[in-house]
Amino acid sequence: MIEFRSVSKQFPDGTLAVDDFSLTIPSHRTTVLVGSSGSGKTTLLRMINRMVDPTSGAIEIDDVDIASLEPVKLRRSIGYVMQNSGLLPHRKVVDNVATVPLLRGVPRKTARADALALLDTVGLDRALADRYPSQLSGGQQQRVGVARGLAVNPNILLMDEPFGAVDPIVRAELQQELIRLQTELGKTVVFVTHDVDEAFLLGDQVVILQEGGRIAQIGSPADILANPANDFVASFVGADRGKRALHVERSDGRDVLVDSDGRLAGVLVGDAVPGQARVTP
Amino acid sequence: MNWAWTNLDLIWDRTIDHLILSVPPIILSFVIALPLGWLANRYRLSRGVILTASGLLYAIPSFPMFIVLPALVGTTLRSPLNLVIALTIYGVALMVRVVADGLASVDVDVQRSAVAVGFSTWTNFWQVELPLAGPVLLAGLRVVAVSTVSLATVGAVIGAQSLGSLFTDGFQRGIQAEIIAGIVATVLLALLLDGALVAAGRIALPWTRLRKTSKVETAT
Repeated sequence: MIEFRSVSKQFPDGTLAVDDFSLTIPSHRTTVLVGSSGSGKTTLLRMINRMVDPTSGAIEIDDVDIASLEPVKLRRSIGYVMQNSGLLPHRKVVDNVATVPLLRGVPRKTARADALALLDTVGLDRALADRYPSQLSGGQQQRVGVARGLAVNPNILLMDEPFGAVDPIVRAELQQELIRLQTELGKTVVFVTHDVDEAFLLGDQVVILQEGGRIAQIGSPADILANPANDFVASFVGADRGKRALHVERSDGRDVLVDSDGRLAGVLVGDAVPGQARVTP
Repeated sequence: MNWAWTNLDLIWDRTIDHLILSVPPIILSFVIALPLGWLANRYRLSRGVILTASGLLYAIPSFPMFIVLPALVGTTLRSPLNLVIALTIYGVALMVRVVADGLASVDVDVQRSAVAVGFSTWTNFWQVELPLAGPVLLAGLRVVAVSTVSLATVGAVIGAQSLGSLFTDGFQRGIQAEIIAGIVATVLLALLLDGALVAAGRIALPWTRLRKTSKVETAT
């Protein structure tokens, strides 16, 4: 469990990136921080591994104040996946995956063997192990980035817009892959994105942020869609328009779903199930 | 050419002398420039001071340097050590800026990600910044190597034996072939060291050779 307690961050240039932010991030679930630029989402993420230290307030991981932990040691215990993979261009794929275990003193042979197994986990061919990152496609690099993030088997995985720079088809693949991995591994994932669709797809808990890290709404995707807390949230998630505002029309004796632009969105395949909100596109 | 064939032993000996005078300064200037260049790159204040000071070193004329050095470091006027120190100073003057620029050339995203996964300042320098600055450092080191080999000939004037001795001797005794042999041998030696550095770079920086290779098209 990660807890933000009244955290504020003012940068030296005077910008107040985060103002009095409190949040509990449950273990073994995916929490997505979603907001436009300036919402402080990346700053919040980077506070968890002390890349950024708060000006005031405290962050606790499993009831330990992280300000009391040594930053380098803390970072080596938390998985981190960033946009553009952040791989070391001068190291082969297998060595990139083995990076953090090697820093923690795992013997080279063990670290490499584990790294090869992790390539399987993220769905990469072991034949790619001896290539350099520049020889891989964007999607492959991102998978290596995920493998590196998992290499020390961390409880916490921080993901900073990891799929932001790949094309939509590859992004959809990577998202499905992450959902599959998360079902198997059950990490505490904190995921940052500006894409509401991505947030709703991946998040068990979605946190919608306004500028200055103000929380506009927290909830499951279904909660937020069904009951947007205010006009900002409704407009941000698009609950009032486009492909999210669906209505039923009758066509040839069957019900079809149509979005507010008049586009056919899908068909209704069953009756409402209590406690579940799923629409098949 | 006849002179060269009959005096191969002499040319060989002077070449060895020349190597002994020029290789240590090349290595020393790199080693000394590393921390200075790192400091220059790390803090804005130190950048101005270190780069200006090291730049000024290069402006010291070589003859006064040879004369002042013995008094400063306590060597004798004719000691080859003077030359090694002087060449090291010129090498450092060139190399500090190269190191600072090389470290500055490392992709910020890569450095940030290295810090994020848990590299300390120390491991980040040795395992990330230094190798990634490699191509720039190598380019600078090649300039230092060639210029050091060329400058080392000046040592002949103050009595340090080198390929430069072939110029001074040939000039005094009027043997034109000896002067030409000295020049050719100096150029060949410079090319040899340059080639050695390029070869070392190919071994030490393998990833720089595979730019522009085709992307691997397997399932992502």
